[in-house]
Order: sequence, then structure tokens, then C-alpha cells
Amino acid sequence: MNWLKQNPLMLTGAAIVALVSFIAIFAPWLAPYDPNHIVIRDMLLPPSPAHWCGTDTLGRDVFSRLLYGARISLLVGFVAVGIALVIGTILGAIAGYNSGLWDNVIMRWTDMVLCFPTFFLILAVIAFLEPSIWNIMIIIGLTSWMGVSRLVRAEFLSLREREFVLAARSIGTPPLRLIWSYLLPNALGPLIVSAVLGIAGAVLIESGLSFLGLGVQPPTASWGNMLTEGKDNIQIAWWLSVYPGLAILITVLGYNLLGEGLRDIFDPRLER
Amino acid sequence: MNKVVLRVDGLRKVFQRGGFLLQKGKANVAVHDMSFGLHAGKTLAIVGESGSGKSTTARLAMRLLDADAGEIYWGDTPVMRLSAGNLRQHRQRIQMVFQDPFASLNPKMKIVDTVGEGLRVHQPALSAAQRAEKVKETLQLCGLGDEALQRYPHQFSGGQRQRIGIARALIVEPEILVLDEPVSALDVSVQAQILNLLKDLQQKKGLAYLFISHDLSVVQHIADDVLVMFAGHVVESGSVGDVFSAPKHPYTQSLLDARPINHPNERKTALEIKADEGVAEDGCVFALRCPFVQADCASFDMQQTHGCACLHPLSQG
Repeated sequence: MNWLKQNPLMLTGAAIVALVSFIAIFAPWLAPYDPNHIVIRDMLLPPSPAHWCGTDTLGRDVFSRLLYGARISLLVGFVAVGIALVIGTILGAIAGYNSGLWDNVIMRWTDMVLCFPTFFLILAVIAFLEPSIWNIMIIIGLTSWMGVSRLVRAEFLSLREREFVLAARSIGTPPLRLIWSYLLPNALGPLIVSAVLGIAGAVLIESGLSFLGLGVQPPTASWGNMLTEGKDNIQIAWWLSVYPGLAILITVLGYNLLGEGLRDIFDPRLER
Repeated sequence: MNKVVLRVDGLRKVFQRGGFLLQKGKANVAVHDMSFGLHAGKTLAIVGESGSGKSTTARLAMRLLDADAGEIYWGDTPVMRLSAGNLRQHRQRIQMVFQDPFASLNPKMKIVDTVGEGLRVHQPALSAAQRAEKVKETLQLCGLGDEALQRYPHQFSGGQRQRIGIARALIVEPEILVLDEPVSALDVSVQAQILNLLKDLQQKKGLAYLFISHDLSVVQHIADDVLVMFAGHVVESGSVGDVFSAPKHPYTQSLLDARPINHPNERKTALEIKADEGVAEDGCVFALRCPFVQADCASFDMQQTHGCACLHPLSQG
């Protein structure tokens, strides 16, 4: 627990991540209003004790929508990163364990996919598919595994030459068990770091897509599509843009701080 | 005569360095036409300086590396061309103890699983409880208590870890143990404990040891026969008694001279060799560093006669 005290920034990040996760899980109990309940009479009210973050053009409570938006953002973040982790780990493990042909094939393919500008690739794909939260998650996942696969490959290449792996090989441990019990557990640290940082990235991509109207569709609340609405009314209702913007900023910052802190802990150069 | 449990015939390993696409890099011969036999219950030591190819020889004999030429026999079985699956079946005959006790145990695995790994592979019928029982017995044999089972490697000292490494190798009841500098990472007092343990185990189980070391005092203590390697070549071989008391090759002499003296009043008469002169490309590989080098050394083919690869061996007595 010493490292927590030594790294207050990471502690801040962890606190933010915990808070946002709490909000996402308990949104229905925390929200003072139904996020989709339209009260035209109350439209564009500024922040007040009754509506902490004001109301939008349809009179919906912005604070409640923000809480529900956290659900969407985190869900997209976690599922997309989960998909990227699975694909990246499998490909990276195959490449790192079998040097030679498979390594070359997989890594050149990775390099190729890295050459596409991710965001525009996603935009192009969304243009053909119906924009829905599930499609978004899958597409973000399918376009963000490259970092993970490179990382896993690099870890495997160095672990493969370690004596405990040679010992297991000389006893005759079969390849799958070697990967699962010897290589993967020892590559977990950097993998967790990249997953945490990946969540921040996925949250940003989701917000960007929703802002462009290609992500989560109204009336479902998402921080990105709330920003779109705010942009149209920025001169008369600042609270519509500022609060969702802050929510994105703080969440991404939290995950980044946590990720950077974890990186410092897992960095082998700092060990012992 | 005891039967030969490990035989190596004309072994050769070349590492390619650099190189890009179809262009070949510089070849680096790590092991050059190596042959030896290891008898049951005996210890064969391979000595030499860093980079002389001793560890590579060990890894080739284990088939952790693939040799470029030659044949390896575990018992009577030639293993160079065995498929991965067949090779796995035979692996329980030859096991290895590694140099660095801090790198040779999986930090994420309990000792019971690390040591039990061999049973999991070679006796899959055993239940987890039977496996743990056998692990316990083997650890006891190596001087460790039952409390070790559920612990992780970081909770042990270097000497204890090396005992765990030995237990892991012994649990499949091999005939041959390849020991790659098993004590060089340990304190001197712990070295003695581990060496005595190895000697005990050899007597109890009739194990054959292939002992890689650069420490001649250790070799003198534990080995029966010795191979002296320089730059991938065996330059001298024979029984420990013969080689240590009357070395024939100048390199062997220089290695022996490099041993620390036992008493401050002792004076040593060291053979003057030129350090760090590298390896000759043609002829005798030791020519650049040898104090007795002569013109014909440049065309020597490194063939051994009477256990020594030298045209001008040191005179006896």
C-alpha cells in the first residue's frame, strides 16, 4: 500500500475511476429525475437547486442524463477494450511464441491495420452499418487491438528466453499450458496498464462518434450526443456543453492517471 | 564399465548474426564438432571461459536448442530428429538445473505446482493430492520442509531456490542431470551445501551429471572427467586427476593458473597468456593468445591427439 501514498496522482485517478464506476452502476438510484422524461414547460432552465445542471431543450434534467451517460461511456469502454484485449492477446501470443513465419505474418498485418487512421476507418464502417451502441463497441474493439498484440508479443519474446520458461520446456510442458501458466501471468502487469489506458481512449472515441451523430442515438443519453445538443445552444445555455464536457474530461483524466500510475508500479526498471 | 546414458556425436551449432532478407549475416560457430559420452553415475564437467560454448552445449544436449549437425543419444535413443510430441515423451530421461535461482522459477506459481509440473506432464493419471505427496517427498530429499509447498519463489533464499530447482528436475526420475553453473550464483557457504546435496543424490540415485562450470575448484570437487572448451572447440579432455595435475594444453594451464591461491604466502607462477586477443580465424583458435605459438599453428585443424588439441603440448613434469 506504500505506492498509493507515494503517488497521489494515481490515487486521484483511482478515486475518479471508483466514483465514475459507482455512478454508472447506481445511476437509477442516484438520478433525481427520469433522464428521458420530457417537460417542455421546464426547457433550458439554468442550474438551480431543483436541477443541479439545468435542463435541456426538451426540459430533461441534465444531471440525471449525465449519470446515465456514465453507464454508456463505461460500458463502451469496457466491452471495446475487452474485445481488443482478447484479439490482441491471442494474436500477440501466437506471434511471440512462434517466432518465424507466423510472427512475421501477424506483425506485418498489425502494421498494416495500424496504418489506417482509426477514427476515419470507424466512420467509414459506421456509414454502412446502423449506428448502435453494440456496433460501436465491436468496431472500437476491432480497431484498437494492435497496441495490445505488439505489447504481448514483446513481453512473450523476452519471457520466452527466461530460465523458468526453459525449465518448463525441458520438462515437456505442452505449448498451450506454457502460454497460459508461464508466459501470460508474467505479462499481466503491462497488459493491465494498456487496458486501463485503452478504456480512456475508447471513452473518447465513443464521445467523438456520438458527437458526430454516428454513435449512441438519441434519446439514449450519452456524453457525446449531449455535447451535440449543447453546441447548438451554446450562446443561450452554457450548461448543456460544459457539464458533459467536464464529465468526459474528468473520466478520461481519471483513467489516464490510474493507468500511468500502474505503469510506474509495473515498470520492471523500477522494481525493487 | 557403466553404460553410456548421454552421447553426443559431432555436434555443431552456428549462430547467425545480423543479416537482412536474403543476405546472410556473420556466422558465429558456438560449438564446433563436439563429441563426448557420459556414463551412468559419473560426472562430466565442461569448463571454459564465458562465450566458450559450454552453456550452448548444455542446451543442445537438452534439445532446448537445435544443433546444426551431429547426433545426440539419450540412452540408446537418437533424439535429433524426434518430433515435438515424441521428444516430450523422452524428456523425463534428462533434466536440467539452471544457473540463476532467481530467474529459473516461475514467480507466479506456487512451489507445489512448479515442482509438480513434470508429474503433470509425464504422469497425467496422478490426482492433485498424489502429486502433492510426491512433491513433498522430493522436496524432502532435497532438504526442504513441507511448509514450502504452498509458498511462492520470492519467499525463499537463493540456496533454497536452487534446491527447489533440483527437486523440479528430480521429480520425473531422470537418468541424466544437466547442471548449468548450478552454484555460481550462490554464496560460497551455500555452494558447498548444494554441491554436497548433488553428491548425495548422485550416490543414492546413480545419476549422471553433465556439469557446466567456470570454477575449477568446484569441478575438482565434484567431477570425474572434464572437457576444457575454448571458442567452441574441446581443447583438452581427460579425467579430472590427469588434467588438473598435468595439463597438456596451454589454455588449460592458464585456467588452472587463474585459480585463487590458498594462502597469502604462496606465490604462483602463472603462465603468461595474452588476454582478450580474440579468436584466430584459421588454424589453432588459441594461437593469438598462446605464449608458445609457432608457425605451424596457423594451419592446425584442432584435431585431438591423446586428449589434447595442440601441436605443441606442454611437456610433462
